[in-house]
Amino acid sequence: MKDKGRFGQFGGFYVPEVLIPALEEMEEAFYQYYKDDKFVAELNTLYCDYAGRPTPLYYATRFSELVGFKVYIKREDLLHGGAHKVNNCLGQGLLAKYMGKTKLIAETGAGQHGLATSMIGALFGMQTKIFMGAIDVDRQSVNVHKMRLCGAEVISVSGGTRTLKDAINEALRYWTSNISDTFYLFGTVCGPHPYPTIVKHFQTCIGTEARRQCLEKIGRLPDIVTACVGGGSNAIGIFNAFVEDKTVKLIGVEPAGRGIATGKHAAPLSAGRVGILHGTKMYLMQDGDGQILDTESISAGLDYPGVGPEHCLLKDTKRAEYVAVEDEAVLDIFDIFTKCEGILPALESSHSLAWVYSQRNKLPADTVVVVNLSGRGDKDVGIVEKNRPVK
Amino acid sequence: MKTYKQTFAELKQAALIPFFVIGDPDFDTSLAIVKAAIDAGADILELGIAFSDPIADGPTIQKADIRAIDAGMNIQKAKDFIKKIKAYKDIPIGLLMYYNLIYQYGTEKFFADFAAAGVNSVLIADLSIDDADEVLAPAQKAGLDTVFMVTPNTETERAKRIAEKCTGFIYTVSLLGVTGGRDQLSDMIKPLITRLKSITDVPVCVGFGVSTPKHAVQLAQAGADGVIIGSRIVKIIEDNLNDKKSIPAKVAEFIKEIKKAI
Repeated sequence: MKDKGRFGQFGGFYVPEVLIPALEEMEEAFYQYYKDDKFVAELNTLYCDYAGRPTPLYYATRFSELVGFKVYIKREDLLHGGAHKVNNCLGQGLLAKYMGKTKLIAETGAGQHGLATSMIGALFGMQTKIFMGAIDVDRQSVNVHKMRLCGAEVISVSGGTRTLKDAINEALRYWTSNISDTFYLFGTVCGPHPYPTIVKHFQTCIGTEARRQCLEKIGRLPDIVTACVGGGSNAIGIFNAFVEDKTVKLIGVEPAGRGIATGKHAAPLSAGRVGILHGTKMYLMQDGDGQILDTESISAGLDYPGVGPEHCLLKDTKRAEYVAVEDEAVLDIFDIFTKCEGILPALESSHSLAWVYSQRNKLPADTVVVVNLSGRGDKDVGIVEKNRPVK
Repeated sequence: MKTYKQTFAELKQAALIPFFVIGDPDFDTSLAIVKAAIDAGADILELGIAFSDPIADGPTIQKADIRAIDAGMNIQKAKDFIKKIKAYKDIPIGLLMYYNLIYQYGTEKFFADFAAAGVNSVLIADLSIDDADEVLAPAQKAGLDTVFMVTPNTETERAKRIAEKCTGFIYTVSLLGVTGGRDQLSDMIKPLITRLKSITDVPVCVGFGVSTPKHAVQLAQAGADGVIIGSRIVKIIEDNLNDKKSIPAKVAEFIKEIKKAI
């Protein structure tokens, strides 16, 4: 490898030897193409014509009135596929094509990354396999169906806790047996180097647009930028463009599930210890010996025991602040926000909205907050209905 | 304490190295199984400490890890287990495990404590030589040999660098993939053994997918200094969980078969 892929003490590439050549090949291809004129032009065309970029920055009038300060929504929910995941999938998918790979594999939690990968598999005519925990297959059946409609094979993973972590285990195992023709399209800013760097690069379009839109619409930078954090790709995507703007507060919101104190959550930055899983050093939910703990969150997309290594560094350097909100607050805000704005937020993104709501009447009225609405909530109506039946 | 060097020097044929997950299916049965394997002719032991997320392992060893954890296995008990084995017989023991368990214990302390318990080396499945710095000094300080993996897709220049860092043996992965029994040996392994033999004198021990006496013979003939058999043996445990008392004899029988073939 050319680089160690470190973010302070975090990151790296802690993988079995068999994967090293595959990661080297990927690193080399990424450095070769990510600034290549032809690659960039092709990707930008796809971002625009296929995915629907740029996405709007929307001033949420009624929600702003409710909380007592100005809330702008970065509408990644409007993207093709319904979430920010398509940004990364187009980037990595195009990279796979430039590398001459013919098959894609991916892990998925909520199914958004699986769906985006399946779309890109269809778009580029690549055979696609999606690894998904059996519990997630069950609770996100609509997305599973959509993936299959795109021609992907969805493999239900019944090992371990049957969620995202186990889907990653299985995808990594499959990859070790099929590295010559298969590209592992990783979904978030975790995993071994070069993934955290690659995924950040392809998601930074969110922040670059949002920053420009703020300057155009408001004439200044926002005071606060907030996003939900599972693995952390949508958050890094928007944070990265503001990291150098020291006046902008960055708030990442983790899933506190049933409450941090209960242990039933998925918030390693709030209540984890540094450890190593899936090729990277990061804050991790684990027991005293280092066995990985079960996670729990109402949002399948955030249900992961680790978190991107760069978030770990941003936490330690205090450049970003990480908080956690519980499932109940997430369900509350899903209802409140939808009734205010007529926009269904994904349960993942609802975490950041819930934090914003928790600040109501606590911030000065001229405060500008940008929320990354990373996905739409259509996929979650069944879960919401189950927990909060509409009377 | 018997070293790898002494063991390989004494052997006239390839070393027989069975792999077990410590505490599978429970502490006492596991102890009886490993003792039976020693009596049946194992030359070196490769022992795993169960991890919740073993990404280099196929279904057979994943299930063994879960069995061990469910039966209450943990790091302290694994250390006791090794002491009990060493008290039974002075046989070289290599640990094969995942990095997080070591990292949480404290790398330096882990190497020191497990050296004291009687292990000869600690191979970390998810730590490549690129990060060898994190473990070489603790290993040396504890007086342990070092073992790293080479795979069929490892380029020769890199294989040389790996070999230079191995003092015990080179754990040579026979195929591209995870652990698990296979019907046929991969056609990649013979060229890999030849390639390694041309660049190093460190013993070459082959694992992953080694499942039958015939495989062991083929590897020995190809120049392997040791054969590591894991999933095939662990499968015997899995297949006889309803009659645990029968497992040690069944494992011993299989090991004798391999030993005879080599």
